[in-house]
Amino acid sequence: MKVITTDVLVIGAGLAGERAAIASAQAGHDVTILSLVPPRRSHSAAAQGGMQASLGNAVKGKGDNPTVHWLDTVKGSDWGADQEVARIFADNAPIAMREMAHFGVPWNRVEGGPREVYIKGKKTTIVEDDEKEGLITARDFGGTAKWRTCYTADGTGHTVLYAMDNLAVQLDITIHDRMEALSLIHENGVCLGAIVRSLRDGEIMAYMAKTTVIATGGYGRLYGESTNAIINEGTGSWLALQTGKVPLGNMEAVQFHPTGIVPTDILVTEGCRGDGGLLLDVDEYRFMPEYEPEKQELASRDVVSRRMKEHILKGKGVQSSYGEHLWLDLRHLGEEHLTTKLREVYDICMYFIGVNPIKELIPVRPTQHYSMGGIRVNKDGQAYGMKGLFALGEVACWDMHGFNRLGGNSLAETVVAGMVVGNKIAEYTESAELIANVTLAEKFGKEQTDLIEHLLNNSGDEDVYALRDDIAELLKDHVHIFRTGEGLEKAVTGLKAILGRVKNVKVNANAPGMNPELSQALRIEGMAKQAYIIAKGALLRTESRGAHTREDYPARDDKNWLNRTLASWEVGADEPKFNYEPVGPLDLPPGDRGYGGGQMVDMDLTLEEYNAKVDAEQTALGKQASSEPMGIRLPKEAWREESPYKDAK
Amino acid sequence: MARTLTFKIFRYNPTKDNDEPHIETYELEETPRLNIFTALHRIREKQASDLMYDFVCRAGICGSCAMMINGRPTLACRTLTADLTDTIELYPLPFFKLLGDLSVDTGVWFHDMAKRVESWIHTQKEFDPTAVEERMDNDTANKIYESERCIECGCCVAACATAQVYPDFLGAAGLNRIGRFMFDPRDQRGEQEWFELVSTDVGVFGCIGMMACDDVCPKDLPLLEVFSYIRRKMNSGVQVAVKDLELS
Repeated sequence: MKVITTDVLVIGAGLAGERAAIASAQAGHDVTILSLVPPRRSHSAAAQGGMQASLGNAVKGKGDNPTVHWLDTVKGSDWGADQEVARIFADNAPIAMREMAHFGVPWNRVEGGPREVYIKGKKTTIVEDDEKEGLITARDFGGTAKWRTCYTADGTGHTVLYAMDNLAVQLDITIHDRMEALSLIHENGVCLGAIVRSLRDGEIMAYMAKTTVIATGGYGRLYGESTNAIINEGTGSWLALQTGKVPLGNMEAVQFHPTGIVPTDILVTEGCRGDGGLLLDVDEYRFMPEYEPEKQELASRDVVSRRMKEHILKGKGVQSSYGEHLWLDLRHLGEEHLTTKLREVYDICMYFIGVNPIKELIPVRPTQHYSMGGIRVNKDGQAYGMKGLFALGEVACWDMHGFNRLGGNSLAETVVAGMVVGNKIAEYTESAELIANVTLAEKFGKEQTDLIEHLLNNSGDEDVYALRDDIAELLKDHVHIFRTGEGLEKAVTGLKAILGRVKNVKVNANAPGMNPELSQALRIEGMAKQAYIIAKGALLRTESRGAHTREDYPARDDKNWLNRTLASWEVGADEPKFNYEPVGPLDLPPGDRGYGGGQMVDMDLTLEEYNAKVDAEQTALGKQASSEPMGIRLPKEAWREESPYKDAK
Repeated sequence: MARTLTFKIFRYNPTKDNDEPHIETYELEETPRLNIFTALHRIREKQASDLMYDFVCRAGICGSCAMMINGRPTLACRTLTADLTDTIELYPLPFFKLLGDLSVDTGVWFHDMAKRVESWIHTQKEFDPTAVEERMDNDTANKIYESERCIECGCCVAACATAQVYPDFLGAAGLNRIGRFMFDPRDQRGEQEWFELVSTDVGVFGCIGMMACDDVCPKDLPLLEVFSYIRRKMNSGVQVAVKDLELS
């Protein structure tokens, strides 16, 4: 088996992975990036709408600052976020946007003077500040107090990823594309690298490194119907889970985006509604203001998706051969806006569903979009339970999103975490040792070659694609926007049966090389186990928080459930283990989000009592000590200076 | 009535001993709004489990799935079978290294192109995390974005007559990338540097102006406009250089 050594091994070449790789390369480390696809094909490229950062240059962003951004993020998370991590994020987001401008992103800029915009369904004239002319501008997004989302038309992910990869090329960072990591090499709680399969010729290799970094994105494709790229099958979180040592956090926290198009499930950006787009029902009636008088179409995604589903259940959906849907109306924004600032959206509608959004309504429905859950890490990005292993971006549960992420916060997280965690990775690598234990690598490599041998030659008759579809069907039917104990029991039972069938998967294609059927078969155990953890975690969580909505437990229960789910799966065990840890130090006390309605059960501890137990309880579940003490980046009660708290004083 | 489509697909696995390039035929029932992405998955999952091709975003954004569809390079994900004949011929893109069946190595070629044209902002300035960003005119930002929209699918190079003759030709994608940085005021490369980069047979003067690239570009990039900008800039660059020569 070929063994390749490097200082830092980064698995995943999207925005988070590349930014972290750049931090290590700039610190003088030897870095190797592995990617399933050429870096610029990564799913980061598909992000359309933008990145949140409180630059406050647009007139509707006036008075914005990191505290307001942090407040929106914590409320958006339904208090499930680690408030210190959300603060680190909000504080660094403006720096990251400016840095990306320095790296070459052609951000849209402020043009001083009056312009016409649509706000809450009404045409309004706003006057941009002449003094801000030429600075990075912003558009409106859901769940925010200010216009804060920086953008390049509706190709933001594309331009940021291209600027990032340009820098990676300039720094001559080694990138091996069409490579899939199958397992981590580890011993005594230390990660030494990964076993990797080439998707060009099928060769199995070992990459050994001082530090291993996972940045592979989310697990949305488990749902089948998803806005995600088809490579987002939870491969990175499976690397961590299969060690038996590293827990996954909040896997049941799954985001459904209000505007996936019907059919094809391709996303049209939240920027559509941010720029004034409206949601209409079968009678072409604008229903959102009735449910959400304050935020209307721009409440948080969990709330808008819930309201849409609610409205469809009232019989107000549009019937189609692809199931019921609602309409997104962009017609009033006009041709110029739709062919410039929303050009990708225009193209997607025209090419994929033959709808011209200048003249016609776009059929939309809530569609799986984002994985809040993932590899649980501390605030430095270090995985729980294993040294030398970091994770960042969507694959990680860092956890600034809690139970609902705000639009524009994930793309921003990739570059902010890439910078912050990237620097921690570089620091860690400084004093780490390369343990090129080839015997150990051979042992882990053999596990994978044995598995391949088994998949190709066993006497089972399970078809991998049918199994994949069965997993998706159970998640779609029972672990979607609205969940019930009864439905979740069905999902858990069904997924348990699927787990039993995984070992009977037989790969029919025996051609050497890429062998796409074998690639799918190598992922299927991880997909089944993660689906099981999502369903079981949702069944166990007897409350409603953010995107996790239990019809049988409608209240957010801060007394019993102001915590994070941690699921781990010991090697050889039949069942995963579930533990719960405090969400992190609290500064903003749990309260009303200001949208979404719903009931609450108050916590019965004071903030001081809650905060006193955080560090010890998290450490007991595998949290590694961070480079700075817990809570040091969370300025106490800074939020009291901001509206609405300021007025309430 | 639903059509039965016949797919004639180029098959060749270079990692398999004694395999020869050949065409295989598959039949598939057409369903409403069927595109080549869904059609290929159905063929692979039911009829040809070893069929190789590339898709990632399946939304016309990532540039992975360009192939020859009835003789024309285009994105497979957004090609509807309803717009095609009953018999659909699929071949891999020419020019790029074949990995197997319909899968070609565009990633490595584009990475190499980025290196050759030094596809990054050339500046002496250091990033200052405490400073406000440098201002830029929004029209300039939009102009850069127009060229930045290239998704590196490779259709332009596959359709290019010059590229088939000169394998080192930068192609429309490479020239467009150069234009993108020429438009960018943050890039401090001077006339001479640009001149050396593009004024060769593999650069802008290699282009014989047939503009098939412009016909096939799935993102409708303003290639014609970019090329003429580069040529004009180079011509004025030459004049400047000649003037300098006369003075000395």
